[in-house]
Amino acid sequence: MISDKEKKIREDFPLINEYVNNVAGESEREPLIYLDNSATSQKPKCVIEAIKSFYEKNNANPMRGLYDLSICATEEYEKARRAVAEFINASPRETVFTKNATESLNLVAYSYGLNFIKEGDEIIVSVAEHHSNMLPWQQAAKIVGAKIVWYDCDEKGFFDTEKLKSLITDKTKLLAITQVSNVLGRINDVKTMGKLIHEKGGVIVVDGSQSVPHMAVDVKELDADFLVFSGHKMYGPMGIGVLYGKAELLEKMPPFLTGGEMIESVTKEKAIYAEVPHKFEAGTVSAADAVGLKAAIDFINEYGIDYIKEREDELTRRAFEGMKKLPYIKIIGGDDAADHHGIIAFQVDGVHPHDVAQIFSDNNIAVRAGHHCAQPLHKYLGAMSTTRMSLSFYNTEEEIDAFLEVLSRIRIAMGLAG
Amino acid sequence: MSNTFYNEIINEHNLRPYHKHHIDDPDFTLEGVNPSCGDDIVLNLKMENGAITDGSFEGEGCAISQASADIMLDLVIGKTKEEALRLADIFMRMIKEGITEEEKEELEEAGILESVSHMPARVKCAVLGWRTLKEMLEK
Repeated sequence: MISDKEKKIREDFPLINEYVNNVAGESEREPLIYLDNSATSQKPKCVIEAIKSFYEKNNANPMRGLYDLSICATEEYEKARRAVAEFINASPRETVFTKNATESLNLVAYSYGLNFIKEGDEIIVSVAEHHSNMLPWQQAAKIVGAKIVWYDCDEKGFFDTEKLKSLITDKTKLLAITQVSNVLGRINDVKTMGKLIHEKGGVIVVDGSQSVPHMAVDVKELDADFLVFSGHKMYGPMGIGVLYGKAELLEKMPPFLTGGEMIESVTKEKAIYAEVPHKFEAGTVSAADAVGLKAAIDFINEYGIDYIKEREDELTRRAFEGMKKLPYIKIIGGDDAADHHGIIAFQVDGVHPHDVAQIFSDNNIAVRAGHHCAQPLHKYLGAMSTTRMSLSFYNTEEEIDAFLEVLSRIRIAMGLAG
Repeated sequence: MSNTFYNEIINEHNLRPYHKHHIDDPDFTLEGVNPSCGDDIVLNLKMENGAITDGSFEGEGCAISQASADIMLDLVIGKTKEEALRLADIFMRMIKEGITEEEKEELEEAGILESVSHMPARVKCAVLGWRTLKEMLEK
């Protein structure tokens, strides 16, 4: 049975509580089991309210006006920055707001990559990266004439730091790696990896998109040079993301986008740019979304990130153990539930991943199928595509059991032996 | 489990496709690919006096792409090029905008894929064979 606390969590999410299936004009209520949390999470009431309240009470263009309302909008925006900084143990001036993790990574690749990586240098990229932490490096490497060196995992998705040692050379300038892969769900030892890169004077760029929403992340403890994540995967709104960068790096980097709100003064010939982090926030910022992200962080803190992780690990274990019992299921990555952290990508023998996802959809269960923006990883593991279930602490044991029930009947539904 | 889109006809064409095999010396061969989901088929046709006398497909893909290609070949073998193109046009319209009952009857078994029109993510799977056929015949 669902506990009072778990019930309350679900009541915080209007979409989960009141989902209306209005496909093809029907508007009947059908419960939705949402297991696509790695793609984006649902939003709690407090986040939706915070955005609404910003526009109703505090809306003005931040950073500019001398009147009270603009000062108020600026203060709300900066309060959000302080909350984000505190959440990852950074200082506010090391915390840049962007549109999402993808923009954050492009910012680092174009501003840091193009200026501090030279011809003949080497950029190490893990084979498990989401395309967003891969393509910017491919682009940057092409422009400056640097070389991409691939860091492979083993067949269980484990990245051995010993292997990394063998890849690092005097030419290594940067390592791009995710803290938790959106396909494998395994936590990478980015702290040790960072240490190895630092020994050679390089920097580590950590994709925290799948880790920051689900576990405690402390940039100081990790000694990460850059760490990026998106607001919308952690109960916040779409359209706001974060780039953490060590102050000394951000300070020496040129702006990525130029324009309004990021300058001290401008003449016809040149500009003096604003201090970090404003140097990297050109144009009118998405203050309401930043405020929404702060509300999401307050929401996470109300339950506690450790509780969230513990609960998600529990649900992952239940799903994983259930899936293990079905002999025709192949799970991508580690052999233990503890390797998965809310993400299980899998294949059903004899059934195409898109058909698997379709049958789940026909039963009101949302899962994703495809390559999950990680085509090189799929190719490396010999899987053209997979189906992925990814959960959040608002999911329940009942939902996991319903998922397993549908899974156990998929082969029969496709005319195969069960 | 409540319901699913998949039924015996689709499953049968997917699991035991009649036309999925190699044929020697086809007059036309063309590959059709959906890069985002990995559906990849090669369509082969033999033609004589403007009519399709034999056809086959090879490749990999989801049940909808495979069953749809097999059902298509059932329908177009024995038809003239013009008739086949006309059926392709009806099929595309069925998926994209809707067709009359009379037109649907002409599609025979292929008409069961009509509900794909409500499944935007699967449209490209259902039309892969037909799109490839059309491209081949219009060349």
